[in-house]
Amino acid sequence: MPKITYIEHNGKEHVVDVPVGQSVMEGAIKNGIPGIDADCGGACACATCHVYVDPAWQPKTGESSAMEQSMLDFANDLEDNSRLSCQIKVTDDLDGLIVRMPRSQH
Amino acid sequence: MAEQQIRRVVIIGAGQAGGEAAQRLRAGGFAGEIVLIGEEPYAPYQRPPLSKKYLSGEMGVDDLLLRPAELLAQEKIEFLSQRRAVWIDRANKRVRLEGGHETAYDALILAPGARPRRLRLPGADLAGVHVVRTIADIDSVKPAFTPGAKLVVIGAGYIGLEIAAVARKLGLDVTVIEAAVRPLARVTSPEMAGFFLDDHTAHGVRFLLGAQPAILKGDARVRAVGLADGAEIEADLVVAGIGVEPETSLAQSCSLPVDNGVLVDADARTADPAIFAIGDCARRPTSFYNDRMVRLESVHNAIEGARIAAAVILGQPRPKQEAPWFWSDQYDLKLQIAGLFNGYDRIVQRGAMADRAFALFYYEGQRLIAVDAVNRPAEYLGAKRLIEKGASPPPDALADISIPMKTLVAQA
Repeated sequence: MPKITYIEHNGKEHVVDVPVGQSVMEGAIKNGIPGIDADCGGACACATCHVYVDPAWQPKTGESSAMEQSMLDFANDLEDNSRLSCQIKVTDDLDGLIVRMPRSQH
Repeated sequence: MAEQQIRRVVIIGAGQAGGEAAQRLRAGGFAGEIVLIGEEPYAPYQRPPLSKKYLSGEMGVDDLLLRPAELLAQEKIEFLSQRRAVWIDRANKRVRLEGGHETAYDALILAPGARPRRLRLPGADLAGVHVVRTIADIDSVKPAFTPGAKLVVIGAGYIGLEIAAVARKLGLDVTVIEAAVRPLARVTSPEMAGFFLDDHTAHGVRFLLGAQPAILKGDARVRAVGLADGAEIEADLVVAGIGVEPETSLAQSCSLPVDNGVLVDADARTADPAIFAIGDCARRPTSFYNDRMVRLESVHNAIEGARIAAAVILGQPRPKQEAPWFWSDQYDLKLQIAGLFNGYDRIVQRGAMADRAFALFYYEGQRLIAVDAVNRPAEYLGAKRLIEKGASPPPDALADISIPMKTLVAQA
């Protein structure tokens, strides 16, 4: 099962196994990792699952969709590697993925 | 503060609000006991997908779960499933469960949700007549969702229309009966309602508007819906989406003030300082609309109430309110709503309905109070930020699609 490293804004690391097919957001929620709120549960309706994808992993996580980009435009502390973690589906290729959390989701 | 002595929090209701409250208490550093009591067999789960991707089969129970039972155990949240609270003894701070077991609390959070209204018609107890609230409700209706089956949806609110959309995708024959003269009458403007009416009609849904169901006919199983005017619509199954009633009986039985919901203040506290109420059952002041008392049925309301109650119990600053937000998915349409449209006197449209990507902004006088955005996430989030800032761009600017929402928000 792919291992994903979530790094909270305060630097605390969580490494968890996330099944292929789940989203990076679900991996955090189902393991109780703080820093991703995901208020809408993955319906792309709230923009509270914002993460920064480690630059080395950006080619593998792909581009954000137009809808995701429109939501991200209103996220706090937007960076080039910002993504909504509900829109990144976990695949075997993402084994080792590292994402960092923003200061706040609201 | 009395909050310092809280060692045991009991939460009645293990839905999105109750689950969020338990988790926020723990995450916020609460070291005492947390007891989460739910009537259903499941750990806290998301209800919105029930009428969407769970019904269509794109999501399973595991996908719905917000906090799996193992995670609750890890967080030392005592989860009592399939248990029902029947009495609150406020004087002695105890909750009695069905079967007689009693449990003590220092703080009590009421999060029992709402129950779907059932049809009060002859034949409403026939097999094949359903409501939509729980996993079990959908599990019972899903096997009948087969191509060609005749579905009659009673009630053209968001739930009814979401069910209709899934049913059409699965090839059912769908008729929607609505007592009002238009769909979504309670929740949006005639303009937006008209768009959804046209879209569903184009997808093959038949609407009977201004129609009054009078009887459900059949022997053991429903076979037709009879209307007040004598018309009869064949049905293999009937789904009623006619709203919910807040679950307030526990609060009422211990004499807490109830008026279309358990009344709470900005701290989510009821008239009893040891008892909080959150989620669908609670009616609370909303800061963006002059502290108007509102009872909202939404994910936003569930989690915000939970976060407020948890912060107050922890003696931490209360989180700021968000502008109320909602969403609905029908076919390829994602409707996103921010704010409360009640009381609007002007609509500003941005984008064309024909493009299936547009937004309606609602103004009350000069003030922007709400947005309904269809496949327009920037308009939705932008308007939400504007409402939260108390900013209202000139209507002409909002209507001008060449000005990005981002710019309008930055200028506000």
